[in-house]
Amino acid sequence: MKKTFADQVQILKGIGIEIEEGEFLILVGPSGCGKSTLLSMIAGLDAPTSGRIHIGDRDVTDLPSKDRDIAMVFQSYALYPNMNVAQNIAFGMEMRKVPKPQREATVQRVAAMLQLGDLLDRKPGQLSGGQRQRVAMGRALARDPKLRVEMRAEIKLLHQRTKTTTVYVTHDQVKAMTLGDRIAVMKEGAVQQFGTPDDIYTRPATRFVAEFIGSPSMNMIAAHPSAVGLAAEGIDLPLTELQRAALRAAGNPAVAYGLRPEDLGLADTGLPGHFTIIEPTGPETYATLQTPLGSITVRVPGALRASVGDAVCLQWSPEKAHLFDAQSGLRLA
Amino acid sequence: MLVTSLKDADQLRSGHLLSLPTAPTLDAWGKAWQSACTGVECGGLRPFFVNSMLMVVPAVLVSTTIGAINGYVLSKWRFPGSETLFALLLFGVFMPMQVVLLPMSQVLGWLGIASSIWGLIAIHVLAGIAPTTLFFRNYYVGLPDELLKAAMLDGASFWQNVRRIVLPLSGPILMVTLIWQFTSIWNDFLYGVVFSGADSKPITVGLNNLANTSSAVKEYNVDMAAALIAALPTLLVYVVAGKYFVRGLTAGAVKV
Repeated sequence: MKKTFADQVQILKGIGIEIEEGEFLILVGPSGCGKSTLLSMIAGLDAPTSGRIHIGDRDVTDLPSKDRDIAMVFQSYALYPNMNVAQNIAFGMEMRKVPKPQREATVQRVAAMLQLGDLLDRKPGQLSGGQRQRVAMGRALARDPKLRVEMRAEIKLLHQRTKTTTVYVTHDQVKAMTLGDRIAVMKEGAVQQFGTPDDIYTRPATRFVAEFIGSPSMNMIAAHPSAVGLAAEGIDLPLTELQRAALRAAGNPAVAYGLRPEDLGLADTGLPGHFTIIEPTGPETYATLQTPLGSITVRVPGALRASVGDAVCLQWSPEKAHLFDAQSGLRLA
Repeated sequence: MLVTSLKDADQLRSGHLLSLPTAPTLDAWGKAWQSACTGVECGGLRPFFVNSMLMVVPAVLVSTTIGAINGYVLSKWRFPGSETLFALLLFGVFMPMQVVLLPMSQVLGWLGIASSIWGLIAIHVLAGIAPTTLFFRNYYVGLPDELLKAAMLDGASFWQNVRRIVLPLSGPILMVTLIWQFTSIWNDFLYGVVFSGADSKPITVGLNNLANTSSAVKEYNVDMAAALIAALPTLLVYVVAGKYFVRGLTAGAVKV
């Protein structure tokens, strides 16, 4: 499936992405980044100021939603409160003048898939949250669409079963990482990075993506060029040859030196510091240390036998560091 | 009022306002309805009651319908001038009725419906558009936008949306508007007295005429009975539907 996107004044600043058929795409980003607007435009509820949208081979930019062969699950489910479950699922078909026997057959099929068989006569007000979610999904499935546009639903398994191309919006980066085939990380109307969860996690393209994905977030150390490479607060930071070359190529700018908590280790030598916060989570412990380079969080597998105030050192391997231009936030190495 | 209307003529003469009727009778009621004199005619309130009914029912239905559509559009769509229109409607609600008397007389005259039931219906519909639109607009603002987007995605046209989704969810505000409109139009005196013709006077005018027509004796019991007859429909509306009125006014956003 191919899509090219549009400029919406002040909301979306030039988006161009292509989604593969059968793919589960996630749009993730903080509030106000434009992901819901983008979704609305795919669905046809909003029109782009400029640019085109294609679904399959069709340019659907000027087509109303009902003609785009898509279905949508809304964040609030948006079930019709005055109709029962069966009528909710069948409403779209009714609007398209699908004959009654066919409508009923589809409702039965969808209800079976989502285990809604017993609930068909109930109204949304009489359903639990999870049941309402399934009805919302059922309504979308009843369209048998080319593209399903979702705002909030646990549908990875369902997606695998139906193989419908799906676009899913969330601000929750954990959901994004676990559910998506590919993720588009958005900020202030632009896509910062578009790739698989692995790409995004191991090679974030910008500082924003690096800090947004991953919890606890990546530690950032403000560093500047020094005689031997990079230094922060008078301490030299270890670099690989590749990183040095990249820095030279970029003109030795000021850099944000990023390290993920799991890439740091506790040792007897290295960067000195003392514990300020220790958070055990069961399988691992997150320890925050105060160091000459600022506050750094480390992930320690298992339990940590230490207390706040204890002195310890941090070590890491330079390959694990992510270097970002301090000005632009773009990845250098 | 009730007590006085059940008294007979003799007891009225004795002048004790608060005493209970010694021989309660419905004569006064019968007279008020059928034979009391209102100016030159002596047909009681019945013809006026009929006029009021003929005027109120269409006026309430038409103004409520128009208000509902207007309110829906104003609550969900932004178009150039929508905010100005809303401000003007607000102004229209608070405008004193007397302001339109002269211009309306002219317009009704041009339309050829002055001094008729049609004229009364017209003026009440027009006057009713402002408050009904306001009521519905403020209610529909609480209707979740996503509901209408879902319907749009499902392929519902504007009118299908209105008929299948918006209207079924409008119960509370429909009650409020119908009751409000019924009460204000039924109780209106000003337009009733200015724009009605000889045979199209509503009950408020009839009541006024009845109370001010006297021969030798002032028949308070008949006057009271007449007043009660005039008030009965609105009282009935409140008794039957009053709780829906309160419910409608206090209804929060529709929970989907």
